[in-house]
Amino acid sequence: MHEIPLTHILFVSTALFFIGMYGLFTRRNMVTMLMSIELMLNSVNINFVAFNKYLYPGRLDGVFFTIFIITIAAAEAATAIAIIINLYRSHHSIDAEDATEMKF
Amino acid sequence: MSYSSYILLIPLLPLASFVLLGLGGRHHFKRAAGMIATVLLGVSAALALYTAYRYFSTDVHQPLVVVRYTWLQFSPSLSIEMGVLLDPISVMMLVIVTVVSLMVHLFSIGYMKGEERVSTYFAFLGLFTFSMLGLVLSSNIFQIYIFWELVGLSSYLLIGFYYDRPSAVAAAKKAFIVTRFADLGFLVGILMLSFYTQTLDFHTLIERMAGMHTLTIALVLIFIGGAGKSAMFPLHIWLPDAMEGPTPVSALIHAATMVVAGVYLVARLFPVFAADAVVMHLIAWVGAISAVLAAVMACTQTDIKRVLAYSTMSQIGYMMLALGASGYTASMFHLFTHAFFKSLLFLCAGVIIHAVHSNEIKDMGGLRKGMPLTHMAFLIACLAIAGIPPFSGFFSKEEILSTALGYDKLIYGIALVTSGITAFYMFRLYFSIFWSRETRSVHGEGGASMKIPLVILSAGALLAGFVPFSRFVTPDGRPFASAIHAGAAILPVSLALAGILLAYSLYYRQSERPASIARAFGGLYRAAYRKFYIDEVYLFVTRGVLFNLVAKPIAWTDRHVVDGLVNGTASATARISARIKGLQSGRVQNYLLYFFGGVLALVIIFIYAT
Repeated sequence: MHEIPLTHILFVSTALFFIGMYGLFTRRNMVTMLMSIELMLNSVNINFVAFNKYLYPGRLDGVFFTIFIITIAAAEAATAIAIIINLYRSHHSIDAEDATEMKF
Repeated sequence: MSYSSYILLIPLLPLASFVLLGLGGRHHFKRAAGMIATVLLGVSAALALYTAYRYFSTDVHQPLVVVRYTWLQFSPSLSIEMGVLLDPISVMMLVIVTVVSLMVHLFSIGYMKGEERVSTYFAFLGLFTFSMLGLVLSSNIFQIYIFWELVGLSSYLLIGFYYDRPSAVAAAKKAFIVTRFADLGFLVGILMLSFYTQTLDFHTLIERMAGMHTLTIALVLIFIGGAGKSAMFPLHIWLPDAMEGPTPVSALIHAATMVVAGVYLVARLFPVFAADAVVMHLIAWVGAISAVLAAVMACTQTDIKRVLAYSTMSQIGYMMLALGASGYTASMFHLFTHAFFKSLLFLCAGVIIHAVHSNEIKDMGGLRKGMPLTHMAFLIACLAIAGIPPFSGFFSKEEILSTALGYDKLIYGIALVTSGITAFYMFRLYFSIFWSRETRSVHGEGGASMKIPLVILSAGALLAGFVPFSRFVTPDGRPFASAIHAGAAILPVSLALAGILLAYSLYYRQSERPASIARAFGGLYRAAYRKFYIDEVYLFVTRGVLFNLVAKPIAWTDRHVVDGLVNGTASATARISARIKGLQSGRVQNYLLYFFGGVLALVIIFIYAT
């Protein structure tokens, strides 16, 4: 079987990262922003797995990191959704533009 | 019984009186305040007399440090100690301070009756007595400085006792500031002395100074401190104004005890001063000038207490003069006798003021029938201060004059003239108060508490001169015999008699003669009446020169440069923060942008900068 070169995988992960970043900057809906963050996290995961596989095939450090990130991402999603729900209760909106009281 | 077992009680009992009356006097012992303070002080005075009896019953009077306690230990070689030093002059002062203070306490019971803040008054008297006793018992120069300041404080409190009178407040402030100014010199002098000798203890200091070259500047500075407290020219301006305080206070503080602290200080360090002829010369001349200047000013004053204040200054001038002329015993002797007759004069003035409700001589006159006891006491005190034998002032003044004769002819002349003037102004006071007009009746002399002190102090003024003083108080603790030569006494006594006769001819009856003589002297009279314009000179120097040339530029610098720097920093911060506070917009996505911008910047730095 012909192997996929590392650069292809990195290309995918970079694309994924910037798609996530673009979403994070442009969307005002907080759930969408959360999804964008997940995209970015997963692009990092792909990077870790790919580097692990291509550069140090005998080791598992990158894979462990990936599992950590997935765990943390799950916790982060739970926290973020809790914040969003609370925000919705108090502001009746999940638009990031509507919650700008925390300023000077 | 050793000294150390009870000696601390002597100063601590008045302190107890201060604490007790100061804390609870207003509510609990309003009526008994005077009695409590007097009894405590009576015990203290009895202990002091007992100490004196024991101390002087030995043949050679060695200085003893009976209590020693390290108060502050800075380093192994530098510590501040608190101690009690007994030597002839401290024991003598112990007796003077407690006895005069007891008399004043007793007198005040009658004098201050009905006053609103009588317990506060007695509390302050207790504080003063404590500080003064601490001062005289000090065993090192730093301790004396501490009590020196405490004495200044209690003097301030007592001068300003009638704080609802603006003049009393001003006088208290003046006394405080002038003496504080002098104390600055004292403090610098102490620091210089202790820097060179590496000790604060009197005994060690004197020992170490003996082998060193003299420290003229340090000694002059210490003398300035003493001159300020003792109201010596030109730092005397506070003393006449200090008469705003209650009269018994003037008797205690501004006649018998506090104002002689300067003399006591010089006497305490006498071996050090005596080694430096320049400083001794300065002391003698300052004393002589103060004596004659104050005597001349006293002749023109019309306020009875001010006359007495100037006479105090003049007599302290005598003591300083004697110290400067190395007449240690003579000076201390005069201090001793002066304490009796001057406090007696002030207490008599208190009785008179109490009866006529005025300080002005012109409101008095013809009082001899109305107050016979006061009349006699005043006469005794006047004869004593004028130096008429056999009253106490005669003996001490003769000693001073004979010392001065051996020192400098000019100073002797000044002292002689001053003693004539002294007799004149004291009898001017006496005749104007008790004779001058037809007799009139006044309502009494006050109760027994006001009369007893007069009797006791009169006995002191009468008899103190017969104390064989040179057997007790000498620079080295060894007695020597002194005798007064009748021949030398003729001139001063006849001068004093001439002064009395002059006063008699002018003031025995009311006449126009004093006024016409005053007119004849014109400028001199006016100058003396205006206290030789010394107050005006001070005002010019402080208000005109110091205020305009030093204080105002400093205030300007403070307001515009120092404050300007601080305010400028604050307003610059405020302006910058107003500009950049927009960065904190409250929008999550703006913050994200900054975050990624920061990460990007870090990445660029790490890639390209390393």
